[in-house]
Amino acid sequence: MSLERPRPDQSYVTDDGVDYDAIEELLGEHVLGRETHINAEGFVIRPDEVQEVLFALRDQAGFDHLSVVTAQEYGDRYESIYHLKKYDDPTQELSVVVPTSKDNPVSQTAEPVYRTADWHEREAYDLVGIEYEGHPDPRRILLPETWQGHPLSLDYDQDRPQIVTLTEHANPIADDHYESESDTMFLNIGPHHPATHGVLHLKAVLDGEQVVDVDPDIGYLHRCEEQMAQQGTYRHQIMPYPDRWDYAPGGLMNEWGYARAAEDLADIEVPEYAQVIRTLGAELCRICSHMLALGTFCLDIYGDFTAIFMYAMRDREKVQSLLEDLTGSRMMFNYLRLGGVAWDLPEPREEFFEKTRDFLDDLPEATQEYHDLITSNEIFQIRTIDTGVLEPEVAKQYGATGPVARASGIDYDLRRDDPYGYYPELDWDVATDDGCDNYARLLVRMQEVEQSAKIIEQCIDVLESWPEEDREIQSNVPRTLRPEADTEIYRAVEAAKGELGIYIRADGTDKPARFKIRSPCFSNLHTLPEMSEGEYIADLIASLGSLDIILGEVDR
Amino acid sequence: MSDTPPETITGSTDPMTETREARMGGVDNRFNSRLREAFGSSPFILTKFDQFMNWCRGSSMFMLQFGIACCSLEMMHTYAVKHDLDRFGSGVPRASPRQADTIIIPGTIVSKFAPRMKRVYDQMAEPKFVVNMGSCAISGGPFQEGYNVIKGAEEVIPVDIHVPGCPPRPEALVYGVVKLQERIAEGESSPVTVKPYELEQFNDLEQDELVNKLASQINEDDLVMRYNWADSP
Ligand code: SF4
Repeated sequence: MSLERPRPDQSYVTDDGVDYDAIEELLGEHVLGRETHINAEGFVIRPDEVQEVLFALRDQAGFDHLSVVTAQEYGDRYESIYHLKKYDDPTQELSVVVPTSKDNPVSQTAEPVYRTADWHEREAYDLVGIEYEGHPDPRRILLPETWQGHPLSLDYDQDRPQIVTLTEHANPIADDHYESESDTMFLNIGPHHPATHGVLHLKAVLDGEQVVDVDPDIGYLHRCEEQMAQQGTYRHQIMPYPDRWDYAPGGLMNEWGYARAAEDLADIEVPEYAQVIRTLGAELCRICSHMLALGTFCLDIYGDFTAIFMYAMRDREKVQSLLEDLTGSRMMFNYLRLGGVAWDLPEPREEFFEKTRDFLDDLPEATQEYHDLITSNEIFQIRTIDTGVLEPEVAKQYGATGPVARASGIDYDLRRDDPYGYYPELDWDVATDDGCDNYARLLVRMQEVEQSAKIIEQCIDVLESWPEEDREIQSNVPRTLRPEADTEIYRAVEAAKGELGIYIRADGTDKPARFKIRSPCFSNLHTLPEMSEGEYIADLIASLGSLDIILGEVDR
Repeated sequence: MSDTPPETITGSTDPMTETREARMGGVDNRFNSRLREAFGSSPFILTKFDQFMNWCRGSSMFMLQFGIACCSLEMMHTYAVKHDLDRFGSGVPRASPRQADTIIIPGTIVSKFAPRMKRVYDQMAEPKFVVNMGSCAISGGPFQEGYNVIKGAEEVIPVDIHVPGCPPRPEALVYGVVKLQERIAEGESSPVTVKPYELEQFNDLEQDELVNKLASQINEDDLVMRYNWADSP
């Protein structure tokens, strides 16, 4: 079965995962101390030795995936946490904890080791206020350049007026960052532009029709999701927000991301029956989300508003109506609860099963239709094959996950590699492709739709034969959750766009002290310059479409 | 079989008669619009030009293709199959603000985007109308307490219709748009002058280099917005 894979043999690994003692030996005197997070061990190191440590971990211990950088402020210090994983086996995790002092919050940048740290550290600077020495581009990333203060730091005063000008979000006293005397043209794409899938701003420098430089400017939808989560109580108040990160709708998958982290943090069991329902719902969301990707991608590439876009919308409507039957809402489900789901399948159950089966029965025909219209279309092929090439090594450097990584031949899917829910019991395959180009990314999504359909079908069968007296939808969860102080966890699920991770630090109250979201779109979007520099501007648009970003998740 | 079509087809005048009858009234009065009723017996109608223009405006609206956040997904569904806003004469999204006369604000507006949205609004030709879609555009919605979130589109541009919901269902948006059309046709919604901004009240800010530089750049055409969570409604 595809779900099993021989583990590559490496040193620093024992039978039950990473051999932390050997790693401590490897790092030698760099290690100042060890912390135990629920998901992995954390090694505390000095702020000026970050690169040395990370190079050792990457090159010798094989940690080639920097999931996310979490920055936070404590009463007496700042802290950046580098959450490391392996693409080959994401259950092997490790955290590198870098404390810095209050009066001089400067830490060495990790950008030379992992390219993806570039944006993550900019975000850490923007929201928390840690500075990274040697960072190639130390600007704000989400908030306007003129913003005063760092909103997630402890002493931030939210009532302080802020000024935002229209002319430039750039800092007006900083130097212009493009040369003025050259033949290139500077082109703004967005933030209001049909091809940017929302409010993304691309600062592109063109030489003729070729892209010399492109700098995604994000933050036009920065809705303070992390602040919102930090203000909410674990049990009920946080759950509505994940729906709004990836609203494609990836709702249930995102909710699962939060649920998984919080359940592991507070040690809550989820009944198996609820896991099946979750799996079913999440896969429906995945289909819905990939349909959107498909429809808008074709809209971008050859302006096909009439056929493919409408067909994709038609299929989305079907899924949304199924999801509405299940959860009560078309998009913003708020259906998962810590320890289970909100309610059982809709009555009469047979009707729901039948409706779902009808949809699945129609799906192969619909997929065939898409293949006829899209993948075998010559114009489409010319536009997408060999454009926007993303080599696997580059993709890993940027922390790309999800269909973007899988289309570059990286066999990485958390549903299989870091199993959760009911996935391990089911029979399905991980779709990958070696094409590395825009075409491959579309193909992978279309295959994933088929695989999701397969999963849903099996879930329906399981649910149908589930004994009636055993339908437990929620386990017993205390009314107020107060996870122990100073427990920390990072947990991820495979959302439609890739690895969606949540870091939570509890402080003994009923609200998280730090809630950090690892958004797959954020890292995926970071690969855009790599894919499009030197290519034609039209291919830039195609590449952007093939990344399938949702700005709500990029900006959070 | 012969090549000539049967007599029943060539000789029949039925289709023509039916169409004519349908147009003149009679059996099928699908085509009887108000205008046709008015034309009915005489070739003249008497109306005020304003009224006529309002009716025209309300009957054919061009939406701006403008997506912000989650609500824009439901907006796309409103345009697309099943809900098909075009049935009501307002379903052709235009990509350029110059060609549009209605803007739907489908999502959360944050500090960085508000000035851009204002600019897009300014670029639309008069008369223009605004539909607020979803609680975010109405009041900041679930994100109202965020440090970066504008408490509703009305802080930035004038709004004609609010469609509440998070997100509103496509049916709700259709209802909102049709209501707007009705109001326009009846002359109840008219172009509004943009409310003036709170301009440079820099006094309570630390007068550092950045603030001074910004203050010196302000002129009437340039938008400077001031966000103050404490004073916001
Ligand atoms: S109102 Fe709700 S659905 Fe609409 S943009 Fe705001 S959060 Fe999203």
